[in-house]
Amino acid sequence: MDQKIKILAIESSCDETAASVVENGRTILSNEIYTQIALHTEYGGVVPEIASRKHIEKINQVIDSALSKAECTLDDIDAIAVTYGPGLVGALLVGVSAAKAIAFAKNKPLVGVHHIEGHISANYIENLDLEPPFVCLVVSGGHSHLVVVKDYGEYEILGRTRDDAAGEAFDKVARAIGLGYPGGPKIDKVSKEGNPDAIKFPRAKVDESEYDFSFSGLKSAVLNYINQCEMKGEKIVVEDVAASFQKAVVDVLVDHSIAAVNKYGLRKFAIAGGVASNSSLREAFEDRCKKEGIEFFHPSPVYCTDNAAMIGVAGYYEYIKGVRSGYDLNAVPQLKLGER
Amino acid sequence: MKLIAIDSSGLVASVAITEDDNLIAEYNVQYKKTHSQTLLPMLDELKKMVELDLESVDAIAISKGPGSFTGLRIGSATAKGLSQALNIPIVEIGTLEGMACNLYGSNRLIVPMMDARRSQVYTAIFGYEYENGKYVLKRYLDECAIDVKELTDRVNEISKENDMEVIFLGDGLPVYENEIDTYVSANYIKAPSHMNRQRAAAFSYLAIEKFNNGEYVKCEDHAPDYLRLSQAERERNEGIRNKGSNY
Repeated sequence: MDQKIKILAIESSCDETAASVVENGRTILSNEIYTQIALHTEYGGVVPEIASRKHIEKINQVIDSALSKAECTLDDIDAIAVTYGPGLVGALLVGVSAAKAIAFAKNKPLVGVHHIEGHISANYIENLDLEPPFVCLVVSGGHSHLVVVKDYGEYEILGRTRDDAAGEAFDKVARAIGLGYPGGPKIDKVSKEGNPDAIKFPRAKVDESEYDFSFSGLKSAVLNYINQCEMKGEKIVVEDVAASFQKAVVDVLVDHSIAAVNKYGLRKFAIAGGVASNSSLREAFEDRCKKEGIEFFHPSPVYCTDNAAMIGVAGYYEYIKGVRSGYDLNAVPQLKLGER
Repeated sequence: MKLIAIDSSGLVASVAITEDDNLIAEYNVQYKKTHSQTLLPMLDELKKMVELDLESVDAIAISKGPGSFTGLRIGSATAKGLSQALNIPIVEIGTLEGMACNLYGSNRLIVPMMDARRSQVYTAIFGYEYENGKYVLKRYLDECAIDVKELTDRVNEISKENDMEVIFLGDGLPVYENEIDTYVSANYIKAPSHMNRQRAAAFSYLAIEKFNNGEYVKCEDHAPDYLRLSQAERERNEGIRNKGSNY
């Protein structure tokens, strides 16, 4: 391709203010992230109003530094892509409003992007040969989806969580065993010192849906176990509880995903989302995919967490398909994947 | 100088384009759609209508608060995006001051009020004074979030002290009409509908004055002034206070 298409992407759906410049959908020229994690730590989770306030303080700076690191100006940009859902409505609105105003002021096309589509598309960044179709597991603090990526921008959702997202379960268990927020990385770390078979936690199945997930039962089982230990006056071994909980989550995610890959006769599988940087989940998938002869893809941790590069990638494929959003683009907190 | 003014702090979305003391266009919408759906399409329509060349605009004026948290941010993020893309500064105007300007030259105490929930209003008490050929705004009560009952007490008190009658305005008025009618003993009227809500034209008037005085900020330095912490921060602070009193 002779022509180089540059997308400026903006993401503010939760607690990261992010902007990126992406060229031709696969080359990341810049990927700026202002993370608010420290601000929310003392509240034990993301406070939507605090997140929204921080986004508005940082949005210009993040965009500015994405442009300057990519050594370009808004005049060099071909289109503006922005996350418009799902996510926290107040947080989303900051990115959406700013992106719309910039597109309007510079008379550039605007492309609204689905946040989960962004996570899935993060896999294209470092795997230049990866193209649909493939099966993708998206696991983060807010989402757990098992999806067939049929084509760019075309999805079939096979399964989703019936209650807590996987990352949410990590956060809640981490809080219960005194590790604090954010739970995912902390459980991942202490689990390395623990025995994953020490406690038998349940592997939840959802009736009538082999690909759906349920993590609230597992979370309750962990809380019950802690209570029982307390009542007996026994001290819990934090490392063992963390490792056993993590194994229960990983087992379910791996089993469901591999079953889907085999059922659909696809030999390519990818993971995405914040929980996709969990080391034990990655190892489990690497082992299992190797055994089953499935090609396994995963983004680097920096592209697993919320970022704008992934939005720029997804936005590029929407852009070349001719997708355009109007100046009335709104934030849609419950936006469904594949919906417009 | 040419200016775009934006307000989405309350129920109304309002956009105006002015050149010096000439109001070229104003567009006000109070409708059930969200500001995210109305504000920028309104500006786009105005731009087309008056064939505005965006590159010729010198500044963006925005109501900086108080107001609905989300509404303020839609306006702010829009202003910040325009300011960044066009490389022009932002002029911040206090929402309540902008509302009072609807009643420029009034000899009454001007009391704008916006619904702040939890039986509170965002409010202030202003009055105009004639100085050197024009009216300037004087503050009798600074911008604050207070209980409606407390506001009515202050209005009665300040009205008596200064021997001034009162005019109320704002989208908090219909919400707390009963309280106003019950507790305000001073002589008062309610502003008619064309003066009763935020209007970008009034913000423009104040903004051009400020701009000419060099009072403007870069896009990255603008953020809304909410007058209130988030609920989580309030609860945390109360928690700290309560804990402190146990020692």
